Amino acid sequence: MRLKIRHATRYQFAEPVIYGLQQLRKTPKTGHQQEVISWSTHVEGGQKEVTFEDNHHNVVELISIDRDATQVTVISEGEVEIEGSSGIVGRHPGPSPLWLYERDTPLTKFGPGCRALAREADGGTDLEKLHALSEVIRDAVKYEVGASHPDWTAEEAVAEGVGVCQDHSHIFLACARHLGYPARYVSGYLMMNDRVDQDATHAWAEAHVDGLGWVGFDISNGYSPDERYVRVATGLDYTEAAPVIGTRFGGAHEALDVQIQVAQQ
Amino acid sequence: MSEGSIFDEMWGQDQALRDPYSEFQTWFEEQDPKRLRVKQREADELFRLTGITFNVYGRQEAEERLIPFDIVPRIISAREWLKLSKGIEQRVRAINAFLGDIYGRQEIIKAGRIPVEMIARNEAFLPQMIGVKPAGGVYTHIVGIDLVRTADNEFYVLEDNARTPSGVSYMLENRETMLQMFPELFARTSVQPVSNYPSDLRRSLGACAPDATDGPPTVAVLTPGIYNSAYFEHAFLADQMGAELVEGHDLRVVDGRVAMRTTRGFQPIDVLYRRVDDDFLDPLNFNPDSQLGVPGIMDVYRAGGITIANAPGTGVADDKAVYSYMPEIVEFYTGERPILENVPTWRCSEPESLAYVLDNLADLVVKEVHGSGGYGMLIGPTATKKDIAEFRKKLQSRPGNYIAQPTLSLSTVPIFTNKGLAPRHVDLRPFVLVSPEGINITPGGLTRVALQKGSLVVNSSQGGGTKDTWVLED
Repeated sequence: MRLKIRHATRYQFAEPVIYGLQQLRKTPKTGHQQEVISWSTHVEGGQKEVTFEDNHHNVVELISIDRDATQVTVISEGEVEIEGSSGIVGRHPGPSPLWLYERDTPLTKFGPGCRALAREADGGTDLEKLHALSEVIRDAVKYEVGASHPDWTAEEAVAEGVGVCQDHSHIFLACARHLGYPARYVSGYLMMNDRVDQDATHAWAEAHVDGLGWVGFDISNGYSPDERYVRVATGLDYTEAAPVIGTRFGGAHEALDVQIQVAQQ
Repeated sequence: MSEGSIFDEMWGQDQALRDPYSEFQTWFEEQDPKRLRVKQREADELFRLTGITFNVYGRQEAEERLIPFDIVPRIISAREWLKLSKGIEQRVRAINAFLGDIYGRQEIIKAGRIPVEMIARNEAFLPQMIGVKPAGGVYTHIVGIDLVRTADNEFYVLEDNARTPSGVSYMLENRETMLQMFPELFARTSVQPVSNYPSDLRRSLGACAPDATDGPPTVAVLTPGIYNSAYFEHAFLADQMGAELVEGHDLRVVDGRVAMRTTRGFQPIDVLYRRVDDDFLDPLNFNPDSQLGVPGIMDVYRAGGITIANAPGTGVADDKAVYSYMPEIVEFYTGERPILENVPTWRCSEPESLAYVLDNLADLVVKEVHGSGGYGMLIGPTATKKDIAEFRKKLQSRPGNYIAQPTLSLSTVPIFTNKGLAPRHVDLRPFVLVSPEGINITPGGLTRVALQKGSLVVNSSQGGGTKDTWVLED
């Protein structure tokens, strides 16, 4: 399936920015079942400084915000060709060693809440067990837009019993790693069949299973990622795969506007 | 351990004057001790004027004071130095290859020569460095290898300082002071110079400039600022190299480079000799609360726009648990037997070793895996029963945090006291520069001396002093 994507982020500041940087991870990955046909990043109110690939094979762009800017807009757009594969992403080529994905992070720290969920994840095979885990999480932590806070840890989301795809993914990572599977966070796009304008970027998780390699789990939707899923960035948790992280002086009171269009070509 | 078994660099094991000291001994005999006492005070005064100071961290507060200097040099023969420098070069090559491998394909782990936990659980391992190829393939541009001697022909490597080895300013100032006070001594003895170090450092760093460099490389020294205990050294080295001394707030990302503010606008830096720890280097990528670093410098680094010396993440090679694998590391990457010995080391993470260490605490030196500067260690033979009991608890609660080594009988060199010469234990930190042009070892280094009789702790942070270190011409 060929998808045409346009992702615009616009930050508006009540006061002018003195100095600021944004690190972007908005370029879809090439490889596995995904081929980037064309992609471009356009910046208004700032300029591109450098581009590199990080240790998760993410394309990272660093942009600086123009002095005295009161808004910065980044438009990323292009076309991606995706083959369906019922969630199986495939072997791990590096560059990071697989053991890196066994590490927990502050957001994915395993605690009593996750332990209770992990214990319920029964299954004969690795895949069955991981699918069971995904279901257990979806049952225990209700998907509710705007219910959670972006800084929530996996444990906090379990305790609250509500969350969004980011929380579901963090809980899955904490549990899967505890069960002995290397696991990673995926941020990307999901084309919802009924619309072109999408509400937000999506997040899901991948676990590494011997013999299969990386396998994707969209916990929030209960799907195995297929050809409607565009993998953009991966990492140990949200912070390593976030579309934008930034730092700045000045530019108090930011307002963020995100527009995402994903459409089949 | 009897006094008689200790090797003295001047008098050997049997009170027979050793060759490297023959000229010095003749000179010393001719001197009036009163004049030497005056000279010793002059030396102290010179250091005070120069302003070499060092913060000693006590329990509560940091107090600024001088590191005591002793006028009796530590003298090494050309032949001894040749062997040492071959061993150091081999070791430093291996450390660089190890870092390239650890942040690359990790062949040494796949080959089963060191366990994956050594890296996976290593706090200094920096995942952001995976796949990064530093300019010229150099990770450790500046290394300090700590050596101790136990007999005429017996040297051990005690530690590899691969992050930010300090103390080179003392090596230079100690020599400068000796030259000023005793010019006649240098007229009658051929001592290899150390004064080329700053220009060698500058050239070596320049040779590691990234591809983005336009024209002669611009080198700068990044300091955490005047409150850092080694600020003097940062300022001194920048001055001696003719490089800019900068702090994080002087730098920012401009046009894809890291640039410093000058009166003529922003000027890109090609090589940054940073004396700021990894965690504080870049608030965008590491500790967001750091005020000492430069946001985005890691992005520019990963894109090949600047050389950071030493490379981020090099600390993975100088942790004391990895140290215990250095013989394997040297063999794996050089295919040679290590020229310099490692001190036998028990890794307390291994149950059998831990049991042995707990049974023999009174005879061992126990160190924190990530510790430095002589903090948080136990020296069994000189510790009180209470110290040992307290340390035992720490060790039992976090065994993986510790390694243990036998107490070595470090060699002594005489110091000049009111009662004449008296032997005191020493170590030696030679300074090594690495670039694609090769490995450069300054003949000499920093000799640290424990000023208390019988003490084995030479760290300046624990009240040790320093000596000029001579390597004689052949």
